[in-house]
Amino acid sequence: MSEIPLVSELRAKFGEGIIDVNLEAIDEWVEVNPSVLVEVCQFLKEAEGFRFDMCNSITVVDYLETDPKKAAKVDWEPHLEVVYHLSSIATKLTLVLKVKIPRWKNGVEGELPTVPSVAGVWATADWHEREAYDLSGVNFLGHPHLKRILCPDDWEGHPLRKDYEMPLEYHGIRGR
Amino acid sequence: MATSKIDDPRVIEFDVRTDEMLINMGPQHPSTHGVLRLVLRTDGEVVSDVEPHLGYLHRCAEKIGENLTARQWVPYTDRMDYLAAMNMNLGWSLVIEKLLEYDLPERGRHLRVIISEMGRIASHLVAMGTYGLDLGSFTPFLYGFREREKILNLFEEACGARLTYSYLTPGGATADLPVGWTDKCRQFLNQFKEVIPELHTLLTTNSIFVSRTAGIGVMSAKMAVDYGCTGPVLRGSGVYHDLRFHGEERYTEMYEGYVFDVICADPETGEYPESNYEFHGDSLDYPEIPRQAILGDCWHRFYVRMLEVVQSVRLIEQAIEKYEATSGDWGTPIKLVQKLPAKEAYMETEAPRGQMGFYVVGNGDSIPWRVRARSSSFCNLSVTAPLCQGILLADIPAIVGSLDVVMGEIDR
Repeated sequence: MSEIPLVSELRAKFGEGIIDVNLEAIDEWVEVNPSVLVEVCQFLKEAEGFRFDMCNSITVVDYLETDPKKAAKVDWEPHLEVVYHLSSIATKLTLVLKVKIPRWKNGVEGELPTVPSVAGVWATADWHEREAYDLSGVNFLGHPHLKRILCPDDWEGHPLRKDYEMPLEYHGIRGR
Repeated sequence: MATSKIDDPRVIEFDVRTDEMLINMGPQHPSTHGVLRLVLRTDGEVVSDVEPHLGYLHRCAEKIGENLTARQWVPYTDRMDYLAAMNMNLGWSLVIEKLLEYDLPERGRHLRVIISEMGRIASHLVAMGTYGLDLGSFTPFLYGFREREKILNLFEEACGARLTYSYLTPGGATADLPVGWTDKCRQFLNQFKEVIPELHTLLTTNSIFVSRTAGIGVMSAKMAVDYGCTGPVLRGSGVYHDLRFHGEERYTEMYEGYVFDVICADPETGEYPESNYEFHGDSLDYPEIPRQAILGDCWHRFYVRMLEVVQSVRLIEQAIEKYEATSGDWGTPIKLVQKLPAKEAYMETEAPRGQMGFYVVGNGDSIPWRVRARSSSFCNLSVTAPLCQGILLADIPAIVGSLDVVMGEIDR
């Protein structure tokens, strides 16, 4: 429960920017408004006593139930969650940050939702964000060169979206 | 300067430049450790920019994970870092156990220490051998593989496979160690300890090797942390951080009661922890650090791995004793179709190449909602671009080799 002073400090500093906190989860997480994400990250990295100097991973989880029977039972609206796993070499703390965003920008299918990039805070976020963009289709605003990293540059779609369908063919290779 | 007249011939000479050239290195280049492609922008011999291109080995492991149960995905973790498959199994097993809040019996924990540290030795032997190969020396490769082969024989006896084991599974291991295995393991360790000085003479103090690696690719501690480097790459820069000591409790309790050192040079003095293991009653001193070596260079990253092997030997020796002293169950593998709670868990372990993290989101079904593998080599490789600016072309294999990347883990 070493995170509690952290949460109160975050709340005091960012107020409305901290949307939700879950300390009962296996890994305690803090949900942040995307508009203050970069400031929160900068603060977490530099604040004395926390010093989250390592960004371990950036992941996007797609919450969309494609099975209509199961979709009726779930208690969430379709959305994307960008999950940041942070840790500190100096203080050995760990923290999970979450940002919830719509699946498509303005509800228009094909328009990627946006999140501010934290590549300026941790250099390692550069490649993690490229991977998240490539596989899950999130546009990280302010990223120095956001382009695909694992899939070829001319690949279509974002494979880790739940409604992704493999293309029928790619350069003459049968897809499905 | 376009309007000025050229009176002095030296002005022209200063203006002479060679053309910039784009060189494509890989994906089939032997020193890129698999299918890494580097696009180099060079001016003569000097490299001004490097851009790694990945994805040639992308097999959609994370997407596949969304269609399989937790235990069915274990073989896919083997195929990530295929040189340390046991450690990949361990990482995935621990995160599923964390999600299920399952506690492993003591005997199973000691078994896991034996197996994962053996995996670390095998992996570091390949790292050492192929690094020699990258720099034009074939012999260490043969010596490294000769020893690794013995470890693979032991693994084969324990689980039947030599490369993709799927031995450690969520809930424990697929089987207990066979009768007499620990004796054979001890025999191997005794023999291997005598070989370690031999391995050191092949590369560590070899003057050609030292001049190719010492002072090359120097990475500061700040840079290493900023780029998310972990494992020997991080410790080679003098950052004291090893998850076996500093990780989550679920992982560190595996190593509770064990005596071993984190191999990391003191950034103030540049000295490594003293060698404190013995064989035949003599203590072995590590070779001295060459004068040219700077903390954070390729040589130090290599040296950290070589010393870690010794710590692994120490750990296995203790683990075998503890394993034999504890009786009871070694753990029961979870059911093939095991419902995962609607929670999420993230966990990192110290794999040979760095911190290997797995993230799993459950939704009450037996098939996870989302699976994510945070690859250590992926982050370690991201440092190549800034590290390779303004160096000579011939140093690229030295730098990439010192990061010891495995493409299977990067591309997943």
